[in-house]
Amino acid sequence: MAAGRVVAERPETGFGPKRLDFKTKLLTAVVVLANVLGNFSLSWGMKHQAAKLADSPLAYIQTIFSPWVLLGTTLLILWFLARMTLLSWADLSYVLPVTSIGYVFTAFLGKYFFAEQITWQRWLGTLAIMLGMILVGLTTPNTTAEVREHGR
Amino acid sequence: MKWIMVGIIVGSTVLADLLQSFEMKRNVVAVDDLRPGRIGRLLRGLAQRGPLILAVCFMAISFFAFMKLLSIADLSFAVPVTAASVVLETVLARLLLKEKVNPLRWAGAFCVACGVALLAV
Repeated sequence: MAAGRVVAERPETGFGPKRLDFKTKLLTAVVVLANVLGNFSLSWGMKHQAAKLADSPLAYIQTIFSPWVLLGTTLLILWFLARMTLLSWADLSYVLPVTSIGYVFTAFLGKYFFAEQITWQRWLGTLAIMLGMILVGLTTPNTTAEVREHGR
Repeated sequence: MKWIMVGIIVGSTVLADLLQSFEMKRNVVAVDDLRPGRIGRLLRGLAQRGPLILAVCFMAISFFAFMKLLSIADLSFAVPVTAASVVLETVLARLLLKEKVNPLRWAGAFCVACGVALLAV
């Protein structure tokens, strides 16, 4: 049970192997949602402020403090912090593919809120990302703690 | 010019992620640190870590280079660049961060890279 020993070696996280796995997946969901909703809020805010931006440089400052852009910025700060925490619990080679599901959610948001077209290539891409996410999700999130253990 | 921007984006994204991962693996964040009352202390601690500051600088370079690329190339060309960094970062995570990338994870990373490229078509 190498994986159990590896996780147990990290008592500073404050929870055991099963809870660590659950928390890692929960934080992955937070990372994905914060990124998708943050980008959506920014995009929504910028689309509605586009006309004003052409008027004056002061409009840029007003745009930053508009509700949607402010919400988007806050969510992206949350995304950045959550992603850094996730990188302290899981491998980079695990985090990157698993959080790529965000591309799929972004495509759906684009279709329903911005009336963007989803071609068959995009559906195929969505399937490939989901397959990739499932494959990586089957692997152990953190493989480097064991390396450090042997290195001691 | 287009390919120079692509190189800058991929290079800086890869460096930013590797630095973040390297530093955060050395300093594991505890669950208690994520409580509202302790977030400020966590942020102050993170702001003092050199590799993380460097990572943020590389993220900024990547962001501005991406903006520049969007002004001279199509979005359908610019977005697949992100997918290229997933594969490159998986290779470097194996070589530099000593992560154990098994065949399942390689296959997953490749599927994701293909998927992101298809989304951008």
